[in-house]
Amino acid sequence: MAGSSRKKLLLMGRSGSGKSSMRSIIFSNYSAFDTRRLGATIDVEHSHLRFLGHMTLNLWDCGGQDVFIDNYFSTQKDHIFRMVEVLIHVFDVGSKKLAKDIDIFQKCIKNLREFSPDAKVFVLLHKMDLMQLNKRDEIFNTMMKTLEEHAVPFGFTIRGFQTSIWDESLYKAWSSIVCSLIPNMTAIQNHLKSFAEISEAQEAVLFEKTTFLVISHASATAEGDENLDPKRFEKISNIIKTYKQSCSKMKSQLKRLTLHGHNCSAYIDNLTGNTFIMVVMPPREAHEGTFCDDDGSVIVTNIRAAREWFEKVELLEG
Amino acid sequence: MSETAIINVSSLDRPKVLLMGLRRSGKSSICKVVFHNMQPLDTLYIESTSKPVEEEFNSLIDFSVQELPGQLNFFEPDQYIDSDRLFQNVGALVYVIDSQDEYLNALSNLHNIIEYAFKINPDINVEVLIHKVDGLSEDFRLDTQRDIMQRVSDELVDARLDDGDVKLNFHLTSIFDHSIYEAFSRIIQKLIPELPVFENLLNVLCSHSLFEKVFLFDVNSKIYVATDSSPVDNQTYEVCTDFIDVAVDLDNLYENGSDSKSSENTLKCVSKLQNGVTLHLHQMVKGLALVGLIRKENGQKMALVDYNVQVFREGLERIWGINKK
Repeated sequence: MAGSSRKKLLLMGRSGSGKSSMRSIIFSNYSAFDTRRLGATIDVEHSHLRFLGHMTLNLWDCGGQDVFIDNYFSTQKDHIFRMVEVLIHVFDVGSKKLAKDIDIFQKCIKNLREFSPDAKVFVLLHKMDLMQLNKRDEIFNTMMKTLEEHAVPFGFTIRGFQTSIWDESLYKAWSSIVCSLIPNMTAIQNHLKSFAEISEAQEAVLFEKTTFLVISHASATAEGDENLDPKRFEKISNIIKTYKQSCSKMKSQLKRLTLHGHNCSAYIDNLTGNTFIMVVMPPREAHEGTFCDDDGSVIVTNIRAAREWFEKVELLEG
Repeated sequence: MSETAIINVSSLDRPKVLLMGLRRSGKSSICKVVFHNMQPLDTLYIESTSKPVEEEFNSLIDFSVQELPGQLNFFEPDQYIDSDRLFQNVGALVYVIDSQDEYLNALSNLHNIIEYAFKINPDINVEVLIHKVDGLSEDFRLDTQRDIMQRVSDELVDARLDDGDVKLNFHLTSIFDHSIYEAFSRIIQKLIPELPVFENLLNVLCSHSLFEKVFLFDVNSKIYVATDSSPVDNQTYEVCTDFIDVAVDLDNLYENGSDSKSSENTLKCVSKLQNGVTLHLHQMVKGLALVGLIRKENGQKMALVDYNVQVFREGLERIWGINKK
């Protein structure tokens, strides 16, 4: 079983498009500022990341200088493009040489077709923060259209995201990428949903422990959610990631967080060895007259009780 | 004549902070970052200030910050600013020096200002911000600070003003880290008459609730208005400010927008770390929050902490109530 749960992810794109920066932020807990220290990636940098216990992500960060790229498509193509589960192609939206970017993308797709036709393809239009706010969607749509035209003949459907290391958009993209690799996603989803219902929670969100990427989320009640910020999940990732950095200043790690706010009561706690859960309860007035769980002991007990169960769910095969 | 109006309108009873410095020394950036939560990188795009700007802030302490454009020369007679009046009501004069630039001009300007202001208002606190130190190496920062301090005090001695007479303080600051908040915390604290009372209250709270360190923060600006008397460790301070961000941001995510309920609900956030440290945040009155750190806590004391914090809150309310009379 161990062999089958190793997933190979290719991170491709022209030199300076931001591949290593995003990898460092998501997987190595860098802040956006720290990425200034990164130099150019030479050849391919491999990183192995344990994700959700039994899954290992093999991330191949492929240096984007022309010399390396030429090699990928000639002598190394067998080595690079075999057994790929996911191709993540990063584009710098401000790039001056668009034709060349697309040319490389097309070659990637072509090789992928040959060596791993079942791979999923994600396209990240990166450094979106440099574009004007009202033009972003337009740029994104035209770019995606061109890329799709190139990808469709090879039988790939591509998913695109606008990203930037300066806001939470990066977390959304990576969360979707990683979720596409989890085999037992529906099981996790269902169990989280029933957990939220049993706890009478407004919302329950499941995070991976080291990256704090959102794995799944569930709301007990469907109504009322429209008023909330649709980007809240990746924003939570971003907030907690920043908090984790400040925890590491104290040479420690986050264990638990309880918040009684104006708008909600939230609990963030370890669920299994690989996950954190955030349970959001409605604000305190909402259940006036009924039992008031002021210290949140009920919810803490619920989380503790669910722990063992979720450990089993995680190990289920899809 | 609208400029004069701006200056005269300011109420006399609130402590005033006057922000001065040569042009492009970073005064507006400081204002925006500290009091308006602007991202430090965005300050690149701030336009040069051409008129005096005054802003007022209300938290437990009311104070106002007045920013003067660097281009103005205060010693020319034909001014639309009444310089005498300007310095009379000032609690703290903050002078910003760009440490990455040649600072001799700034120092002579500072010297003139100090001499002038001291004549009018001998009680004035002069706070020199040696600014933009993010660009300097660790050793060089201290060298620069020593050099500036030496030069300023030499000049003051020449002018027969002793160090003892003028209340002069130096801070190394940068908007890209917490140092600017730290400096402003110290500056503002000097303007709070109730400071000893707060400190006393916080000390009592510390000793009875196992807090290792507590700060009383102004949530919006992240300036701490008071802390207990144990020494401030930079790291603890940074973690505490970050913790405020976490609590406020998380809470805002679930803002419903539709209803304005829950005003009586106070924000409370507790987080436990792996090494046994627990961070506490309790919202107080008037935009203040109590942020504290407890090491090696055992679960049973939680209720005690809550109770003590409640007592502390009532204490604050009473102080404030008296002030309001």
